[in-house]
Amino acid sequence: MLQIIQGSVSLGLLWAIMTIGVFITYRILNYADLTVEGSITTGAAVAATLIVGGMNPYLATFFSFIAGMAAGLITGLLHTKLKIPALLSGILSMIALYSVNIRIMSKANISLLRVDTVFTPFENMGLDSRTSVIILGLICVVAVILVLYWFFGTEVGSAIRATGNNPKMIRAQGVNTDSMIILGLVISNGLVAFAGALIAQDQSYADIQMGIGSIVIGLASVIIGEVLFGTRNFMNTLISLVLGAVAYRIIIALVLEMGLAPTDLRLFTAITVAVALSLPVFRKYLGAFKKSLRRGS
Amino acid sequence: MLKVNKITKTFNAGTVNEKLALNKVDLQLNEGDFITIIGGNGAGKTTLLNCVAGVHPVDSGNIFIDNIDVTRLPEHKRARLLGRVFQDPMMGTASSMGIEENLALAYRRGQRRGIKWGITHAERDYYREELKTLELGLEDRLATKVGLLSGGQRQALTLLMATMKKPRLLLLDEHTAALDPKTAVKVLQLSGKIITDHNITTMMITHNMREAIKYGNRLVMMYEGRIILDIAGEEKKNLTVEYLMEKFEKASGDELSSDRLLLG
Repeated sequence: MLQIIQGSVSLGLLWAIMTIGVFITYRILNYADLTVEGSITTGAAVAATLIVGGMNPYLATFFSFIAGMAAGLITGLLHTKLKIPALLSGILSMIALYSVNIRIMSKANISLLRVDTVFTPFENMGLDSRTSVIILGLICVVAVILVLYWFFGTEVGSAIRATGNNPKMIRAQGVNTDSMIILGLVISNGLVAFAGALIAQDQSYADIQMGIGSIVIGLASVIIGEVLFGTRNFMNTLISLVLGAVAYRIIIALVLEMGLAPTDLRLFTAITVAVALSLPVFRKYLGAFKKSLRRGS
Repeated sequence: MLKVNKITKTFNAGTVNEKLALNKVDLQLNEGDFITIIGGNGAGKTTLLNCVAGVHPVDSGNIFIDNIDVTRLPEHKRARLLGRVFQDPMMGTASSMGIEENLALAYRRGQRRGIKWGITHAERDYYREELKTLELGLEDRLATKVGLLSGGQRQALTLLMATMKKPRLLLLDEHTAALDPKTAVKVLQLSGKIITDHNITTMMITHNMREAIKYGNRLVMMYEGRIILDIAGEEKKNLTVEYLMEKFEKASGDELSSDRLLLG
């Protein structure tokens, strides 16, 4: 049991960074960005290729972040400059990235078993591998939260939030909403690729398939976090996202433990997200139903 | 200060829904002018304001503000010169952000936005003072999300956001039409006060003829994408609703059957 929790927490912390990336587009920009399905793999591919090629793993992970930002930039340009609908822009990037990712890796997967990763220095200090991931994961998550908390409080950050909330209003206040959307997508996909790089190093391989379904995992984590841990203010929301990502992993571990076939996981996740997203509708029906009952009596 | 030179705008050109919204409109505003614009639905009032604001590119013609040709300038760049309040109270503010955050966004209109903190302490005191002038008690609710405010409160706040940093030109697009009558009067009075106090050049669209006569120093009537009446000064003061109706009927050539102008 302890092992399960430990595994869930370590994995959850790495996915939390991805979840925060999804939150930036989905909640702040109000933009359902599917680029992440490709950019998470791009992050893994870039890091794995560079590390195997002999680069310092920290530097390689940094380059993953840059690669993810580039992916976000492409999606942003497709949407704002070429006027392609948001959803389709993301899908185009995602499809294109599949080929790009294979180009980066020159094959479908790269093993990181016998090379140093960002976690190696922690393991060299005598920590076991799970604890190493938890410690570095925590450091990264805290750093990301602090930077984003600061950033979205700045003038530019406020303009991005307003763009997601009411683009017409913020244009009237002199903000170029196209630039804000692009900037948001760049930051989001940078974080997602960063998470991809860490996840690959944790699981000791990068695989071309690893991004499939990641958007739903990200959304599930966002929703679970918001529902279970609240959204009173921005800091609270950011922390909720991290807890949501961890909670998601724990839930998954538990249902697997209870005998759910691993191949049914995605179905389970999709249903969870569908139910969570439709809660407001159910609440409305429930409210109307209760009212009619009262009227009936 | 504003010069609109023969602007034309057609929507859905080449389709069955083709609509000539503005037909070679000429209009010149002097510094300090406060013009009210009336006209039936589809007369082109809102399109005129949107073309001045840069929401729609014009098909032909030119727009000058302070002798600068802004015809090709995108909306967000023109915003530096303009203050705008929309018909829909939801449109002018960011509902999920606080009152002070909205004010801070407006306070930086036309400035480069950097990575400085979004609101400073000194600003907060200033906002509090400004909000007091609205007399709605909003000065004690700086952090309240704008989404929790009533339509009238939001419109008053939008008005403050549009004028706090004095614009070269204020565009009011039926900004009281969606409010209940009592609130509408209040917001309108507030608008008139702000405009005269700060001597802001203003274009105000209204559906209400009495308001159009009462406010401003000049009245413009539009019909089918053209300006058919432009009255200023003493003559404007002596206008009556009956006279305007007569003019309108003559221009349109038919009875004002279903038009909301009747409400005037």
